[in-house]
Amino acid sequence: MKLLIVDDSSIIRKAITRYLNEYGLEIVGEAGDGVQALELMRAHQPDVVTLDITMPEMDGLTCLDEMLKIDPKIRVIIISALSDQATALKALKAGAKGFLGKPFTEDKIKEAFDRVVKNEGA
Amino acid sequence: MQERDVQVFVEGTRSYFKEITGVAPDIGLPYIKGNEEAILDYTGAIGISGERKGCVYFSTNRAMLAEMVKIVAGTDDDSEESLRDMAGEIANTISGNARRSFGSNFMISVPIVIVGSPTIDLPTRIPTYVIPLTWQGQKSYIVVGIE
Repeated sequence: MKLLIVDDSSIIRKAITRYLNEYGLEIVGEAGDGVQALELMRAHQPDVVTLDITMPEMDGLTCLDEMLKIDPKIRVIIISALSDQATALKALKAGAKGFLGKPFTEDKIKEAFDRVVKNEGA
Repeated sequence: MQERDVQVFVEGTRSYFKEITGVAPDIGLPYIKGNEEAILDYTGAIGISGERKGCVYFSTNRAMLAEMVKIVAGTDDDSEESLRDMAGEIANTISGNARRSFGSNFMISVPIVIVGSPTIDLPTRIPTYVIPLTWQGQKSYIVVGIE
């Protein structure tokens, strides 16, 4: 399974990589903003994307819309400090498959990831 | 800005450190900022727009950020880039989490990270609150000035 990690913090990208290491995912790219994320998505066709919201150049919710235009089946997990219910609902309504508020722990990201991957066949 | 607004950041800061590190910080009594500086080696600043306007910043020292990088990223990388990144991410997360209390029209900017001790322009029409905290013996400040 191919994973693309999108967050403007390199520390958070490292944390996601570390926490999801045991899943044996192929990490096809890391992006620090939405524009770069779309370029990497077109180049590598990931199956799953972790996507921050507050980023320079293009925010995560705009990026989510664009990603779904490119690949309507892409599974996107939003991981954001904007962890209020309204933002989570907005993201899910827009087509995200999962939502995880920051700060997150290893257990929480694994739970979010499991939920999205298990829904794959549903 | 009212006292209960300050409490949002007190609780948010406590919760952030507890969640990430398992150790809650000691949070001192918030006070209204005067002419004294509340700024340390690295500062992550977030602009607030929407229904509320102003600035939130988190300021701390090198040792504290290096320890946080170790915990979050799992590396001993204390490069300038990583420390700056960590300062920005802490400010971003604490400010973003405040939306749970202030609503989705509480808009936050991407973080700006400042190294050293420059003067940061804060709104002057309103009181700015300083929340001092100590985590693992390292002193930091959350400074909140929002209308």
